[in-house]
Amino acid sequence: MTDATEAEITAAALPAAAAPPPLAQEAPPGFWKRMIDNDIAWSFFRSPTAMIAALVTFGVIAASFAAPLIAPFDPFDPSQISLWDGKLPPAWAEGGQAQYVLGTDNQGRDMLSTILYGGRLSIIVGLAAVCLGMVLGVMLGVIAGYFGGAADAAIMRVADVQLTIPGILLAILINGIARSALPPEARDELAIYVVILAIGLTDWPQFARVVRGATLVESQKEYVMAARVIGLPSWLIMMRHVLPNVMRPVLVLATIGLALAIIAEATLSFLGQGIPPTTPSLGTLIRVGNEYLFSGLWWITFFPAIALVVLVFAVNLLGDWMRDALNPKLR
Amino acid sequence: MFGFITRRLFQSLIVMLVVSAVSFSLFNFVGDPVNNMVGQDATRERREQIREELGLNDSIPVQYARFLSNAVQFEFGNSYRIKRPVDELILEKVPATLELVLVSAIFATGFGIAAGVYTGIHRNSWVSRSLLSGSLVGVSLPTFIIGIGLIYVFAVNLRVLPSFGREGTVDIGLWTTSFLTLDGWRSLLLPAITLSLFQATMILRLVRAEMMEVMRTDFIKFARARGLAERAINFGHALKNTLVPVITIIGINIGNLIAFSVITETVFQWPGTGLMFIQAVDFVDIPIMSAYLCFVALVFVTINLVVDLLYVTIDPRIRIGTA
Repeated sequence: MTDATEAEITAAALPAAAAPPPLAQEAPPGFWKRMIDNDIAWSFFRSPTAMIAALVTFGVIAASFAAPLIAPFDPFDPSQISLWDGKLPPAWAEGGQAQYVLGTDNQGRDMLSTILYGGRLSIIVGLAAVCLGMVLGVMLGVIAGYFGGAADAAIMRVADVQLTIPGILLAILINGIARSALPPEARDELAIYVVILAIGLTDWPQFARVVRGATLVESQKEYVMAARVIGLPSWLIMMRHVLPNVMRPVLVLATIGLALAIIAEATLSFLGQGIPPTTPSLGTLIRVGNEYLFSGLWWITFFPAIALVVLVFAVNLLGDWMRDALNPKLR
Repeated sequence: MFGFITRRLFQSLIVMLVVSAVSFSLFNFVGDPVNNMVGQDATRERREQIREELGLNDSIPVQYARFLSNAVQFEFGNSYRIKRPVDELILEKVPATLELVLVSAIFATGFGIAAGVYTGIHRNSWVSRSLLSGSLVGVSLPTFIIGIGLIYVFAVNLRVLPSFGREGTVDIGLWTTSFLTLDGWRSLLLPAITLSLFQATMILRLVRAEMMEVMRTDFIKFARARGLAERAINFGHALKNTLVPVITIIGINIGNLIAFSVITETVFQWPGTGLMFIQAVDFVDIPIMSAYLCFVALVFVTINLVVDLLYVTIDPRIRIGTA
C-alpha cells in the first residue's frame, strides 16, 4: 500500500462519502421476505427437480438423525436382538414377519433400524469430512489468493499435484497408511476419525482453487483497499471482508463434495477399511450383506444400497441445481 | 517447449521424492521392522545382529539414501506376510490389473464416443434422452454397488458368468493373460463392465458437449452450404474437431480406471495390484504398501506427463509458454 496515491485513497473513500439519496419511505424487507423474495428462491420454486431433491435430502437426513426416536428397534441393544430372528425376509415376502418391515440381517437386527442408524453415521462422517476439507481448502485458498508470491506458489502446486490423483484412490491410500500406523487395538475405535481425515484431506484442493481465484478478484476491490488503508491486520481483512464474499461457490462445492464424501466413506467401509461392523455405516452394512448374497438373502445388501444411492442421487441433484442457480460461471 | 518439458519433469521428480519419503517413513515408524522378520523367541543378540545387517542403526539420511537407491531398482525387500520379494509379487499381479484396465478403457471410450456423438447430433430423440438420464444415475452409483448388482443378476440369478476370480489364464513368459481362452473372457467381462461404466458416462457427456459446441461453428455451416453429406459433416468435420479434449480426457480416465480398479478388484476378488494393496493394509504388510505407493505414484506421474505432452503436440494452439 505504500505506493497508493492520495487520489486513489479519496477515490476509494468517495462512494461512502456521497451517500445515496433516500429512495422511498419503504421499510427494509423483513427476514422472511428476503428469504423468499430473491433470485435463488425464485429459481428453486420453479425447479421441480430441485424441490424434490431437497425434500428427499432433508427427509433422509431428518429421518436418520431422528433414528433413536423413530426406529422400531435399537440395533445396538443386545437385549432387543435375537439370533432366532436372523435372516428373516421383508414383511411382504414369504416367511417375513410384520414387525421387521425390511427383514432382519444375519445377527437378527431389524434392517430398517440398522439402515436408519447406519445412514446417520454415513451422513455425520460425510458432513465432518466435507467440513474439514472446506475449512482447510478455504483457509489455504484465501491465504494463497491474498498474499500471492511464495505462499501462493507452494499451496497451489501441492493442490495441482493432488488434483491429478483421483480422490478415491488418495483416500484409500491415506486411510490405509493411517490405519497401519495405529496399534491394532485402537484401529476400530479410531476408524471414524481416520476415515474423516482421509476424505477431508483429499477434498481440500477443489475448495482452495476456487477460493483462491475469487480472492484474487476480491482483494483488488476498493473495500479491501479501504480496509488496508485504515490499518486493519491482514487476518482480519481476510476473515471479515474477503471470506464472506467468496463463499457462494464454496457452498456449491460443499454440496457436491458431500455426495462424493458419502460415496467415499461407503467405499472405504465396503472395502473393509472404514467403519467397523460393530457400529455399522451404510457401506459396512452393504459389505456384510454382500457375504449373504449367494445364499439368496438379497435384502441385507439391497436396502442399504438403495438408501445410499437415493441419498447420493438427491444430494447430487441438489448440487447441480445450486451450481446453476448460484454461479452460472462454474458450469 | 523444451523449458516446458524440463519444468514438468522437475515437478514429477519432486512428487516422486515426496512419495518415496512417505514410503520410507512407513518402513521406519510403523511397527518395528525387526519384530516383523524374526519370531517371538529370537534372542536379543540375534535381534541386534539383524538391526545391524538391515542398517537400522545408521542415521536417518543414510537410511533414506539407501532406501532411494533400492527403490529406483524396485527393491522393497520381502513381504512380511508372504515372505517373498515384493517386486516379484507385484510383477505377478500387474498383468491382471493392466488387462482389466485396458479392456475397460476400450469399453468406456468405444461406448462413450459412439453414444456421445449420437446424443450430440440427435439431441431430442428418446434414445438420447434416456441415455442422458441414465448417465446422471450412473454418476451417482458407487462402483461397488454396480459390481454387486451385476454379480447378483448375472452370477447369482442367471448363473451365466462367474462372480469372482480370474479363470482360464495362459502364461506367456512372464505375462499371464486372460485374452486367449473363453473362460478368461468370461471372468473378465463383469469386472470390466463395472469398471468402465462410470468412465463411459463421463466420456459420453464430454463428447456430447463438444459435439454440440462444434456443430454451432461456422465451418460446419459452410460444409452444409457446400452440400456435403451429413455423414461426412458429422464424422469428417465435427468429430475430428472434438477429439483433442477427448484424448486428454482418455488419458486422465486411464488414471481413474487404475484408481477404481482397487474397488472393482476387491468386489470381484480379481487378483490384481489393488486387491493386493487392500490385503496388505489388513495385515500391515509395510513392504507391499510402500512398493504399491511408489508404483501408483510412478504410474500417475507418467500418465500426467504424457497427457501434458499430448496436449501440446496435438493442438498447436496451446503451445504453453509459461506453465
